[in-house]
Amino acid sequence: MRVTAVIERTIRRILSPIDPGLMWIALAILGLGLLTLYSATNESPGRVAAQFGNIFVALSLMWIVSQIPPQTLMRFAPPVYIFGLILLIAVALFGDIRNGARRWLNLGFTSIQPSEIMKIAMPLMLAWYFQKREAVLGLVDYGVAGLLLLVPIALIARQPDLGTAVLVAAAGCYIIYLAGLSWKIILGFIVAGLASLPLAWSVMHDYQRRRILTLVDPSSDPLGAGYHIIQSTIAVGSGGITGKGWLNGTQTHLEFIPERATDFIFAVYSEEFGLIGNLLLILLYLSLIARGLMIAANAPTFFSRLLAGSIVLSFFTYAFVNMGMVSGVLPVVGVPLPLVSYGGTALVTLFLGIGILMSIHRNRKLVQT
Amino acid sequence: MSVMELRNTERELHNFQIRIGVAGALVFGAFLMLLLRFAYLQIIQHDYYQTKAEDNRISVVPITPNRGNIVDRTGAVLARNYSAYTLEISPSKVADFNATIDELATIIEIRASDRTRFRRLAFEEKGADSLPIRTRLTDEEVARFAAQRYRFPGVDIKARLFRQYPLGESASHVLGYIGRISDRDLERIDADGLSTNYKGTDHIGKTGIEQAYERELHGVTGSEQVEVDAGGRGVRSLARSAPTSGNNLALTLDIGLQQAVERAFGDRRGALVAIEPSTGGVLALVSRPGYDPNLFVDGIDTVSWDALNTSIDRPLNNRALTGVYPPGSTFKPFMALAALELGKRTPQQAIFDPGHFDFGGRRFRDDKVGGHGMVDMYKSLVVSCDTYYYMLGNDLGIDNISAFMRHLGLGSRTGIDLEGESSGILPSADWKQKRFRKPEQQKWYAGETISVAIGQGYNAYTPLQLAQATAALANDGVMFRPHLVRYIENVNTGERRFIEPEITSKTPMKKENLDFIKRAMAGVNIEGTGAHAFAGAEYTSAGKTGTAQVIAIKADEKYVESRVAERHRDHALFIAFAPVESPKIALAILVENSGFGARAAAPIARIALDYYLLGKRPKKAVEDDNAGDGSD
Repeated sequence: MRVTAVIERTIRRILSPIDPGLMWIALAILGLGLLTLYSATNESPGRVAAQFGNIFVALSLMWIVSQIPPQTLMRFAPPVYIFGLILLIAVALFGDIRNGARRWLNLGFTSIQPSEIMKIAMPLMLAWYFQKREAVLGLVDYGVAGLLLLVPIALIARQPDLGTAVLVAAAGCYIIYLAGLSWKIILGFIVAGLASLPLAWSVMHDYQRRRILTLVDPSSDPLGAGYHIIQSTIAVGSGGITGKGWLNGTQTHLEFIPERATDFIFAVYSEEFGLIGNLLLILLYLSLIARGLMIAANAPTFFSRLLAGSIVLSFFTYAFVNMGMVSGVLPVVGVPLPLVSYGGTALVTLFLGIGILMSIHRNRKLVQT
Repeated sequence: MSVMELRNTERELHNFQIRIGVAGALVFGAFLMLLLRFAYLQIIQHDYYQTKAEDNRISVVPITPNRGNIVDRTGAVLARNYSAYTLEISPSKVADFNATIDELATIIEIRASDRTRFRRLAFEEKGADSLPIRTRLTDEEVARFAAQRYRFPGVDIKARLFRQYPLGESASHVLGYIGRISDRDLERIDADGLSTNYKGTDHIGKTGIEQAYERELHGVTGSEQVEVDAGGRGVRSLARSAPTSGNNLALTLDIGLQQAVERAFGDRRGALVAIEPSTGGVLALVSRPGYDPNLFVDGIDTVSWDALNTSIDRPLNNRALTGVYPPGSTFKPFMALAALELGKRTPQQAIFDPGHFDFGGRRFRDDKVGGHGMVDMYKSLVVSCDTYYYMLGNDLGIDNISAFMRHLGLGSRTGIDLEGESSGILPSADWKQKRFRKPEQQKWYAGETISVAIGQGYNAYTPLQLAQATAALANDGVMFRPHLVRYIENVNTGERRFIEPEITSKTPMKKENLDFIKRAMAGVNIEGTGAHAFAGAEYTSAGKTGTAQVIAIKADEKYVESRVAERHRDHALFIAFAPVESPKIALAILVENSGFGARAAAPIARIALDYYLLGKRPKKAVEDDNAGDGSD
């Protein structure tokens, strides 16, 4: 009797920081992801097992983070941000060049991509800054936030890694938006942004321009940059309403889809599960986002609200950019499909975010000090 | 905490929640747009993308039919196929040929000549799917490449059928050869609407029977629907329609006879055509020197090509079909027949031959100094008396001669089932008018008729035409189109389609006239210029020797062989048929620059007849018959 009671208490203790709503939705998406991964890797259990390992690591980190109260997280914000910034500068100076871009930093025992750290460090830092300035928030503060945002983004864009730069920028912009930047200024930025598109075009790298051009007309480069878009669009379109069935996608199994297990895994999913599968996945994402936004809306402090909101909206950005790219409406950038694509780094980043959300949710009743 | 502050905080929270709400609405809208995009792709455009996916997945691979075999009249194989592995590169999938070939050379031997050939093929066949870098791989080489195949995208081993001519040089001008399809061949294939049938075919008949009967030999290409992966490698077969093999050809050619003659020729240049008079079937068609058609199958290497193409002996030239030569004295039997048929002479009418004929201030000389004395028609043929024919030619006139000879097919294409035949020249006043531009050259002079009468002058015929005319004579004026294919055999059903002998001309001639000419020609081989070559023959034969001048000899000059450069020496000719009563074979032979027909040509004709009528095989090349009397 006493033993079972102890076990029961332990389990309750373990589960106590976990938000069941977020967890079940995330598990459902993970499940779909594993099924798809199994098909995408031509039924090789090795990759699936490795992904299980990634999931285990990511869930463990989520559990740890979910125990950390937001106040403690806040204290980490400036050091993590500065650490990330230093690494980005180090990359610019000593980074390894792979595939024509300087993105990796060789630490001797392992290589890391410091731009990944910024995906979490950026919202943390900005949320910390706005929390500090909450009482005296003025226009200048948005300017400072903008500067905190621009420096790392410029470094990431220079590597060049346009995809990550856009995602980090998005995470920061969400915070500035949620922190209450006046609608007029937002509108002004949008107008100015559209007006400066030609300028952006002129500073782009050739391969970046080509990606945008091939988006407009993939057949202009069917063997090069257009190949990805053409083949993934064929996979999605040929899936039809009900899909070709699990393990029956011809585009997948005859290896026409490039990067099937990672960035283009949605093409595999969409081919085999069709429009109905897409609807299901989007509903799952929507539920996760809705639950996250609710947590943000009910968060007790400015810091936690901003952080939660930014994390959730970034999550949306990943999903939207990835699915848009695979279905041929957005340019090809290296963004994985959240919780579905194979790969440890992305999973860890995502579950760290979910862990933070859980922590914020658990500490919602605490009174601000 | 003051109430103000609290209200501020509440307003802040309220503002934040509005912003969260707006963001939520944007998220919802964005996902809705994605769903619309999915619906567009997966419902409205579904059929289009479904087709695209199928096109991706299914590749239609042509299956090349087996080319038909070629056999001779006894069934001996002259051309066949054998299977071998080739290493092939797909130009569209390989960016840098040299780097790939260098890499390949580390595991499979690739010689400089292979590279040269590949470069030439890549240049000549820009649209080709796949080009061989090495042919005839050994099993070991196949295994070595298979283990390393992943390193070479766009390079693959293919099992291919190769054409082989097992007898090498033998009958090379008859068979011709196949070679890789060139851009010019492709244009012709397109123009004939055959491009579908040639998908997957690399080779096409270039000359000879291989070219003339390309449509029969090629067969019908099949196809296979194969599921392929993105790398273009086949995963499994979905459907297959079998190819239909090309038809086999059985020739009228007797390869034993052909080879007996080729051996007899030795190193000499020349041609022999033997025809079955009662059908027109070609029993032997020899042109020397020959060449090895096997060299052409994979694309000939530059050294061999230069050697063949620039050789002064012109081995690629089919002399039997395209070489035109004056017939010399072999023309005389036809002249005599014309005289009898046109009533210009009777057999008994005799002339006196002083050793020359003077006409228009010019002296036409006879071979025999001092002349043959009294000469009637029989003797004129047996001793080959020129003076008799100088006079006869003058009496007949050029237009009578050319009208008569035209019936025997001289000076026009025979219509044999090979391409590239020459028509030769049958001179006439009309011909000369058209041939020359200047008025003084256009006029026909009576003196020219006198040269024509002994087979010189403007006369120029192919050995094939001469053989055909001889066969027509042997067959009492009924002439058949010479043909090389006896029947076409469907490989699948075994059904044989025989080529019907086709009469091309039927000249009504008096039996007694024909019989007289035949008897005189038989006399040539018994007591005349052919007697030595045919001494002891176990069958009756009719013949006529001939010598064709290569350079003109001045009127008062005697031709002395030793003083003339080898290439300017006279050509030796001989026509014959046997047995005289019911001819089974008629032939014409020309040996270039070998002097008198009796000496160089008649012995080879004897060997051909011995072989065909008695089955005797010669041991080696015949030597010139110097015991002959040195006269035509």
